[in-house]
Amino acid sequence: MSTHDHTEEHHTGLRVYVAVCLTLFVLTAVTVYVAKFDFGDFNIVVAMVIASIKASIVALYFMHLKFEDKLTWIYALYPLFLLFLLIGFTLMETFTRVPVIK
Amino acid sequence: MSSTAEHAESHAHGHGLGEAVTHNAAKLGMWLFLGTEILLFGGLFAAYALFRAKFPDLFYDSHKKLDVTLGGINTIVLIFSSFTMALAVSAAQKRNRKWLMILLSVTFICGAAFGVNKYFEYSAKFHHHIYPETNIFFALYFMMTGLHMLHVFVGMGIIFALIIMAKQGKFKEGNRYTPVEVGGLYWHLVDLIWIYLFPLLYLIG
Repeated sequence: MSTHDHTEEHHTGLRVYVAVCLTLFVLTAVTVYVAKFDFGDFNIVVAMVIASIKASIVALYFMHLKFEDKLTWIYALYPLFLLFLLIGFTLMETFTRVPVIK
Repeated sequence: MSSTAEHAESHAHGHGLGEAVTHNAAKLGMWLFLGTEILLFGGLFAAYALFRAKFPDLFYDSHKKLDVTLGGINTIVLIFSSFTMALAVSAAQKRNRKWLMILLSVTFICGAAFGVNKYFEYSAKFHHHIYPETNIFFALYFMMTGLHMLHVFVGMGIIFALIIMAKQGKFKEGNRYTPVEVGGLYWHLVDLIWIYLFPLLYLIG
């Protein structure tokens, strides 16, 4: 989250980008591989954790979020908080609803 | 934003707001727009969560009809295109016009490859009489991947425009490369969304 004082540019080296790209390939292979195993209710958790690691890597390195200032981080994270509310409350409602007429 | 404020002062006597301020404002604007994009897809993700919770067996059975290999190839293609886009921004920063155009073109071709792949996938589904109205899983599948595909096309349009601008020498020494960086942010979001769509649709364990 460092801010550079006198330059708007931050040069991430080719090596870092190659490493990031290969990591993303490996994680894609991992997510396909682990889908073959049944962890019951944790299947979706495992898949979403891997996806979120991949998404974080894309945002931090490809989208340069690592080098952006606080305001950009707020802009990036606030929609995720709203998304959490949206999906969280939707699921809470779904799982706690008791059938009235059966 | 303290660094931006410093830039504003140091550039106050010269050319208006200053390059850095304009550059940062454009980037921040794009992040704000990406936030609205996340929430646009968020509505569909919420619908997905709701219906998967309600009909887990239907989701499991239906997802088996999707081709994991094609979906996986498309995931790799899109990640690779994000990689070339990131390198294109680097090339723009270094004012390397030749590599900027090459990398943007590769990114564009990856987007096209993704589209062709998706065309074959959709065709195969239609051939097997699977349509959005087949069931709620496929309704969500076609809606989510379709909206994503639309974003791939828009992204390709942006990249095409960047190639033209680069060809015209708009990102030469002394000029801002802001459009490349901001266009890149949009393209990476397309990749980000797919990173979630792939396991949610193709890999229901």
